[in-house]
Amino acid sequence: MYAVEMQHITKRFGHFTANHQVDFQVHEGEIHALIGENGAGKSTLMRILYGFYTPDAGQIYINGREVKIQKPSDAITLGVGMVHQHFMLIPPLTVTENIILGKEETNRLGILNLPLAAKQLTELSQTYRLHIDPSAKIEQVSIGFQQRIEILKILYRNAQIIILDEPTPILTPQEIDDLFKVLLQLKSEGKTIILITHKLSEVMTISNRITIMRHGKIVGTRETKSTTQTELARLMIGEEIGPPISKRPFIAHKDILIMEQVSAKGDRGVLAVRNVSLNVKEGEIIGIAGVEGNGQSELVQVIAGLRPFQVGEISIGSHSLSPTHGHQALAHIPEDRLRFGLILDFTLQENLILGRQQELRFRHYYFLQDSETRSYSSELIHSFDIRPEELSLPARNFSGGNQQKIVVARELSKNVPLIVASQPTRGLDIRAIDFIHNSLISERNKGKAILLVSSDLGEILKLSDRIAVMYEGEITKVFLTADTDEREIGMYMTGAKKKSA
Amino acid sequence: MLESILNIAFLAQSLRISIPYALPALGATFSERGGVVNIALEGILLISAFATTVGVFYTESVLVGILCGISAGILTALFHSIVSVTFKADQIVSGIGINLFALGITKFFCQLIFNSSSNSARIVGLEQWTFLPALPILGNPFLFCTLFLLLISHFTLFRTRFGLRLRAVGEHPEAADTLGISVDKMRHIGVLLSGAFTGLAGAWLALDQHSFTDGMAAGRGFIALAAMIIGKWTPIGAVAASLLFGFAESLSLVLQEQSNVAQLIQMIPYLLTMIILCGFIGRATAPAADGIPYEKESA
Repeated sequence: MYAVEMQHITKRFGHFTANHQVDFQVHEGEIHALIGENGAGKSTLMRILYGFYTPDAGQIYINGREVKIQKPSDAITLGVGMVHQHFMLIPPLTVTENIILGKEETNRLGILNLPLAAKQLTELSQTYRLHIDPSAKIEQVSIGFQQRIEILKILYRNAQIIILDEPTPILTPQEIDDLFKVLLQLKSEGKTIILITHKLSEVMTISNRITIMRHGKIVGTRETKSTTQTELARLMIGEEIGPPISKRPFIAHKDILIMEQVSAKGDRGVLAVRNVSLNVKEGEIIGIAGVEGNGQSELVQVIAGLRPFQVGEISIGSHSLSPTHGHQALAHIPEDRLRFGLILDFTLQENLILGRQQELRFRHYYFLQDSETRSYSSELIHSFDIRPEELSLPARNFSGGNQQKIVVARELSKNVPLIVASQPTRGLDIRAIDFIHNSLISERNKGKAILLVSSDLGEILKLSDRIAVMYEGEITKVFLTADTDEREIGMYMTGAKKKSA
Repeated sequence: MLESILNIAFLAQSLRISIPYALPALGATFSERGGVVNIALEGILLISAFATTVGVFYTESVLVGILCGISAGILTALFHSIVSVTFKADQIVSGIGINLFALGITKFFCQLIFNSSSNSARIVGLEQWTFLPALPILGNPFLFCTLFLLLISHFTLFRTRFGLRLRAVGEHPEAADTLGISVDKMRHIGVLLSGAFTGLAGAWLALDQHSFTDGMAAGRGFIALAAMIIGKWTPIGAVAASLLFGFAESLSLVLQEQSNVAQLIQMIPYLLTMIILCGFIGRATAPAADGIPYEKESA
């Protein structure tokens, strides 16, 4: 008998089939990993189990009994709880209010008994060593704290089947360890845990069994101890990813981006970029490594003309930058593509020429040249493999990977010498990451100068010719990639090693 | 000049003027805390004033009139909540629609029942409580009712299960949904409450004036909405802001008597709204999901 058994589950959204004839079984008391690429249908399947979506077809059995789960309250009653990928917490309410919401301690008149609830929560949090402050407000607490609240929310409802949707990408390594300890404790109490993720190393560490999804279907279930990361990766992607485009040695040494002693203030008015001097040459990728929040975002904004700088000089090519005004001589793949890279309600075609609509080829006097834009866009869609190929579809309706491809396509096809790419592959699936990496390398091979900022050290090491480490707003060290490794860079990233005088 | 303001009659007048602001403003806190913008207050006020007049006209009973007013308020609000909560239509458009509809339908039935599209017949008004004859305003049952509702509203919103769920639905409906709370149900209740409160205010308008006249809401619904915003979506703030508007309007009435630019002085309450909104009150933060229909994301 299974704790959870889902049979022949099918779920469509319009023409898109998110789950197709899915059969999924979980044993009682195991940690079961559900893995797959973005858009493989993992979250949809679990949201069906949690009653957030109703399936178009299929049956669900909990502990061997067929059940109808039509809304989350049905799932809660059956002992199913879920930690959502995007936390479901209400910022202005307190921790206690958030946890008890929907299962409040009240008297007969419906008046809340918050002190009693807070006491219960304190006991619960001590049992599981999930430390919280019941009276804090959500807007004041850290991400790790918020996740502990989400887990307590489930335990407070006494769930026996616990679903966690991608819990780790937002956590620090230390917090991930703590989370896994909690999961193991829950497992030892006989609870059943379903963990959605696409980090294979975590899967191998913590799970008992693994189910792999691809394109809305189950492609296999494995015992963790009898499989390998290579096999899992192949099942997830369905094919081997080819080796990356090789880098052409580039010998020209003309500096494209020159920064001299640049300092700039962050949002809080204190210096976020301190005294940075850095040159990027043509045909070179410089990677900026660093723990997030050490001034990388601000540095990119300064170079892109989105943030004024107080001291220093910057020039791109032969143009020197004004400290307060933006300019056009670079391609910018921004960190937050949804806010700064795209206008979500504009169509694919409009987004592809965004910022270039003044160019003569795209306009005829004051009118947009639709036919020219259309053929131009079609070319880009083809060469950057953007799907679906619908010019009039709003950017909002594309998947994360395709949205980023729209930004990359627009920016890389500008005829400018400098490309600034900030977190270009964050949150994307393996195939999209691979595509974007190859695009950046081929631009480098054409002689573009590229500044790459990423919190993914693997990405930095793979793409960069040189690596600059940023710590507390300063560039503390610049390496040739060939001369260094992850460990050494890590020391500079955490400030354990600093600038050699 | 000062003595015309610093007296009991002026205070009484300010309080009296505040009532039809304070009640809809209180109601609107429930609607908006649940995430539904209700600019239909104006139309609800008008329809319920008319319903009250008709009720009293046929039964000679003030109590029946008040019940008619409240019921009409709830019914009109139900229309708004069906359109904007059940069918997820734009809340502003629905509100504007109701306001225009209210102007027309009250005129139509006024003609039908009273043979005049602009005035009803005279109806009996409210009897004063006479335990304090020196201060007639304190004998006004509506004033006590408003105060009582203020306390109840504050307590309900911040101390009860209902209030917690309503606020949750207005801030982050998806989070409430995942915890098994019916977003639509909470929002319907919030809107209906605003209808009931506004219906009571409409009853007051009709009883205070002893008749219905065309367009008698005269922007009060909108001022109430402004008061609720200035009061930062809290019952106490909403009522305090309503008192401020009552005071300002009362002041403009006094000044009009002594001045030859009456029309300009009439603008005082409205200017006050804008000036306060512009800065004195600080940043007003609406519930995060206020005005946004809740639909489960697809894929």
